[in-house]
Amino acid sequence: MQQLNAQETPSVEPIRPPEGQEPNKIKASKSPFQLAFARFRKNKLAIVGIIILVSIILISVFADLLATHDPTKSNLLLIENGPSSEHILGTDGSGRDNFSRLLYGSRISLIVGFSAMVFTLMIGTTLGSIAGYYGGKIDNLIMRLTDLMQALPFFVLALTIISIVPEITITLFVTIIALTSWPNLTRIIRGTFLSLREQEFMLGAKAIGASDFRIIFKHFIPNAIGPITVNATLMMAQMIIFESGLSFVGMGIPQPTPTWGNMLSQAQNIRILRNHPEAWIPAGLGIFLTVLAINFIGDGLRDAFDPKSNRR
Amino acid sequence: MEVKNSEDNTRIADDVLIQVEHLKKYFPIKGGVLKHTVGHVKAVDDVSLTIKKGETLGIVGESGSGKSTLGRMIIRLLEPTEGKIYFENDDITDLSNRKMRPYRKDMQIVFQDPFASLNSKMSVSELIEEPLLIQTDLTKKERKEKVLNLLEKVGLRADDRNKYPHEFSGGQRQRISIARALAINPKFVIGDEPVSALDVSIQAQVLNLMADLQDEFGLTYLFIAHDLSVVKHISDRVAVMYLGRIVEIAPKDYIYNNPLHPYTQALLSSVPVTDLSKKSEKIVLEGDLPSPSDPPSGCAFRTRCPLAHDRCTTERPHLLNRDNGHSVACHLHDNK
Repeated sequence: MQQLNAQETPSVEPIRPPEGQEPNKIKASKSPFQLAFARFRKNKLAIVGIIILVSIILISVFADLLATHDPTKSNLLLIENGPSSEHILGTDGSGRDNFSRLLYGSRISLIVGFSAMVFTLMIGTTLGSIAGYYGGKIDNLIMRLTDLMQALPFFVLALTIISIVPEITITLFVTIIALTSWPNLTRIIRGTFLSLREQEFMLGAKAIGASDFRIIFKHFIPNAIGPITVNATLMMAQMIIFESGLSFVGMGIPQPTPTWGNMLSQAQNIRILRNHPEAWIPAGLGIFLTVLAINFIGDGLRDAFDPKSNRR
Repeated sequence: MEVKNSEDNTRIADDVLIQVEHLKKYFPIKGGVLKHTVGHVKAVDDVSLTIKKGETLGIVGESGSGKSTLGRMIIRLLEPTEGKIYFENDDITDLSNRKMRPYRKDMQIVFQDPFASLNSKMSVSELIEEPLLIQTDLTKKERKEKVLNLLEKVGLRADDRNKYPHEFSGGQRQRISIARALAINPKFVIGDEPVSALDVSIQAQVLNLMADLQDEFGLTYLFIAHDLSVVKHISDRVAVMYLGRIVEIAPKDYIYNNPLHPYTQALLSSVPVTDLSKKSEKIVLEGDLPSPSDPPSGCAFRTRCPLAHDRCTTERPHLLNRDNGHSVACHLHDNK
């Protein structure tokens, strides 16, 4: 077509790229992931979320430098003190510095949230892929197992396991959260796989003799990456809430490890709740901001991966 | 594969690439609280045919006639309920996925929907390279050369290889699909309505491309379409399907000049004519395709056939050879 036009109108100069520029570079192709990233960058709320989350991550990474005191060291002479120049947010019931505990608490919340999310993601993706890809009996088995898990109230189950275990470490805590919260994600991934399985490109992969492993990792997962990432992000926020909730009722990471949940649990004491808002409000705000930021990012990712979805 | 002793394997003639015997595909209909089988959709119901090496067999039928199901069963993307499939001399009906893998090198498929048949997360070079990666031991450099070669063969530019499917039009995507199918030099290619989703002007381009590639690589085609005019262009022989059965199969000229089955006649009369002097009588079929879960007794076409008589309700017509490979399943032609 272009040649034809050039012959018909010889007087018109053919459009050439500017001097010294490769013609290929002008239309550099964007992969679907790059396109999704470009859409994500245009989402203001998601960028706000990123900024908040990155600040909190920086605080948790540099907590050692920022903290004014050892967060686990008690000073029995300074119990439940109000704010002072020495202790900006006062001290807690064991005389530990609230400000330092707040900074270190972000570390635990993020670590617990992130690793529980990764762990759940591994279980959920594996089981969901197997169920969605193979179908039949194995699908039935996995789905009945998720039904069973979902029929048990999460909080009660987690509390039961925690009360049986003698000593709770962060690893154990993460494992318990992951082992009780995989069913939801498994269902979502299975559903995505079921809808992808019937598409022609899946048959095409089978027709060229691709192995099951290749089909799952080269064809299923890249096409399911949108729902997987979005759910993983939103799940991380949920995990942070779980950690705080369990710590609040005294069943989380035990004292004196500083966590936001542990700090909040001080507010169970009516005296602290009334007279020392500076001791528990910052921890609550920390949880609130982190979860909000992650949810903004999750929504941004959803819009970025699925531009057809409702933008509102 | 080919060095097998042919003593006991002389089931099919030398010039035949694919032979299908009494192939059936019944999809169960699950119902009730306990999800038991309450019936079957007879998508393909007792089909036998042979495809010779180097020929193009066209399959025509309306939606739901089972033509795609038949094609997908032949290359084992769907499990047949009954029947046998032979590829060259080997029975491939019951091979496991793993054992089927070497045969997949020889049989490929181009799908109907160019927007659904390419993995949108892979670039063009990855898409075309994938079959090479799975089925051959070529080095990275050899694979890249082959990809460039194939792109040129199907009429795409070399710098298209780094693009993604969303950057192409339907016709271009179909060219990518064809390049992908041809990458491992198959012997047999199924076109599952490869041009139905394209504009008429692009249809001709893609059909010509497929015909050229057939000459160049000595391919055997099974070409599925719902449109007789498309099939006419490319086929050597044509089979007409109705409700999971072949009602007529013959060399192209017989089908187009002397259709015997009333259904084929009706289909042909519905093809638009450009020559107005050749006024043809339009046969308009009444009603819809009956449900394949409950096909009519006897001849499946009798509910819409203008020439149906008593015998058609009681006896199922068999596909019988009338002359020179022209077979038709119709009682009207039994005594002639």
